[in-house]
Amino acid sequence: MSPEPYLGEVSRTPVRHHILSVLVENKAGVLARIAGLFARRGFNIYSLAVAPAESHARFSRVTIVVDAESAPLEQIVGQLDKLVNVVAIHDLAPRDAVERELLLATLPLGDAHRSAMLDTITKAGASIVDVGPTSVTVMLAGTPGACDELERALEDFAEVELHRTGRVALPRLD
Amino acid sequence: MQLTGAQALIRSLEQEGVDTIFGLPGGAILPVYDPLLDSSIRHILVRHEQGAGHMAEGYALATGRPGVAMVTSGPGATNIVTPIGNAHMDSTPLVVITGQVATASIGTDAFQECDITGITMGITKHNFLVQSAQEIPRAVAAAFHLATTGRPGPVLIDVPKDVTQSMMDWWYPASIEEYDLPGYRPEVALDQEAVARAVALIGESERPVLYVGGGTLKSRAAGELLAFAERTGMPVVTTLMARGAFPDSHDQHLGMPGMHGMYTAVTAIQKSDLLISLGARFDDRVTGKIPTFAAGAKVIHVDIDKAEFNKVRHADVAILGNVAAVLTAFDAAQATPRNLDVWWKTINDWRDQYPLVYDEPATDGPLRPQHVIEAIAAKAAPGTIVASGVGQHQMWASQHWKFEEPGTWINSGGAGTMGFGVPAAIGAKVGRPDRTVWCIDGDGCFQMTAQELTTARSEGIPIKVAILNNAYLGMVRQWQEMFYEERYSEVYLSADLPDYVKWAEAMGCVGLRARTLKEMYEVIDEANTINDVPVVIDFRTDADEKVFPMVAAGASNDDILVHPLQRGERR
Repeated sequence: MSPEPYLGEVSRTPVRHHILSVLVENKAGVLARIAGLFARRGFNIYSLAVAPAESHARFSRVTIVVDAESAPLEQIVGQLDKLVNVVAIHDLAPRDAVERELLLATLPLGDAHRSAMLDTITKAGASIVDVGPTSVTVMLAGTPGACDELERALEDFAEVELHRTGRVALPRLD
Repeated sequence: MQLTGAQALIRSLEQEGVDTIFGLPGGAILPVYDPLLDSSIRHILVRHEQGAGHMAEGYALATGRPGVAMVTSGPGATNIVTPIGNAHMDSTPLVVITGQVATASIGTDAFQECDITGITMGITKHNFLVQSAQEIPRAVAAAFHLATTGRPGPVLIDVPKDVTQSMMDWWYPASIEEYDLPGYRPEVALDQEAVARAVALIGESERPVLYVGGGTLKSRAAGELLAFAERTGMPVVTTLMARGAFPDSHDQHLGMPGMHGMYTAVTAIQKSDLLISLGARFDDRVTGKIPTFAAGAKVIHVDIDKAEFNKVRHADVAILGNVAAVLTAFDAAQATPRNLDVWWKTINDWRDQYPLVYDEPATDGPLRPQHVIEAIAAKAAPGTIVASGVGQHQMWASQHWKFEEPGTWINSGGAGTMGFGVPAAIGAKVGRPDRTVWCIDGDGCFQMTAQELTTARSEGIPIKVAILNNAYLGMVRQWQEMFYEERYSEVYLSADLPDYVKWAEAMGCVGLRARTLKEMYEVIDEANTINDVPVVIDFRTDADEKVFPMVAAGASNDDILVHPLQRGERR
């Protein structure tokens, strides 16, 4: 769970959060090496997303949102770079990055809030991806800010189950 | 050519030029011990795996070549964790091979299974779990490359039993490209712009100090350091990890800085206007209270590991690179400080006022530990290697022995591992059989790893061990005396239990004892005549002796406490 509400992208992202886009060898234990490094050096991870990258799954890309107040960014990058399985690190300031995140939420569709809830979903641009007798699952793929907004809007309703992936990012094209 | 994984492992070690393995066999590593019989590699059979690790460290520190240790899975592997952690803290090149249960059994809590790659993740430079026999050569070649390049360190190779038992087609990586290390780039081009800024800072400085750390030894830069120091006339301090990087006999050498450093070395740093850090890492034992450490100094930080920059102290100029290359670049640019006559006058006043002193030895004993070390040094052959454990005796050895060349001081710096001395001395002697090797040990340390003297005796490794026996865990006692109102808690060991002479004899060594000055001189002479078996000397020393100078933990280096004989004289 997030330690505090996510404040969204660009202007609303607190300065202390930095995005590290880290290319790593796709080998057993690499994630443990990264997590272990952060734990033993006292660096805080805000969110983490991992998936195979280019080159026929020889590499994976790890997007780490770090708390640059827990340690200077230079230290975090320097120590991370010493991990032999880390191939490249791109330090992305939020304004220089294109960030996206995926949000899934299951919402009860009781009569009381049905129209308000559907209105919220529509306004957020989320789509319905699963329908049950008394609830629906909706998905939003968007900026962290858009996900924040939907998350806040859904706080008004009871019994919402919500999952977010943490963001992935790439450098903004000039 | 078809080989078993075990044969390929031994053959790979031969390819890397390994002449000695320190180890102890067991179930999971058993297949590898068979082809070892047919190899030219010498195997030293230790009595405890910790001994194997520290011996490999001693070998590496004395020779500059990577030390190699081999142990079995489970407890064999966990027993060598302390040396791995120690080597990690001191950037010592080590390759440790551990047996592992068969691939199919991994994760099932099999007999003698443990996740040693997981356990050592944070204390190795890198580690490998080898998945197939065909991959063994690559893992070994990569391990040696990693251990010895960039900032050196320990690398662990975990080899499952079925991998060493299965067949492979022999090959060996012909070049670094075949090591499959796409994320590892230890070589960096020197940042000439940073060098130029450093040269400019040097040119402005009136009170520079060369702060020499272990990285200077690791990059084999003693020659460049001597040339640079002599050309510029700058004062030099060598940290605990760098003793021997600059001759103690040299007039520009102020000695060791830090918690138990020389008054002049500590104070020169404090008053400097430019600190040139050469492969040092601003360890807390050197800096004392960080905000008051060399508060008026600009810092040029030279290191091969960029994560050291600005970790503890802001660097005005950070230069990524090997110390030797950077010093060569400084010389090429004719980096020269201002006239240092006033600075040297100040420094020499400190030297005159606060030399290293200790109380007059008493004829009938107890012996002064500092005096024992000086008496051993006085009779030691040039180039003698000194190993130590950790504690008061280590500090006294570093202070009172005169180190003249690299590889002559073997100690545990960052980790502070008690029991390091005896096995490290053995490893050093194996690596440098031409040299006399003394281990200056404490009675507490000696009891932790003394069983390796059996190894030394049986393998024909004639080291000399001086136990400074004050019957206490001396450094802890010193702190309890100074900071806990002399409330001594769990530090008394007894001078007579064990009987160190009998213990030495039981291990096939010569055991000697000295209580008086006369006996001290006699046993040192006797020890120097024995060159076929290890010698252990039980020197009965004064438990009240404390290590001075001293900067209390967390205190400012400005508040350095000199020896009681010198108090009241401070300006």
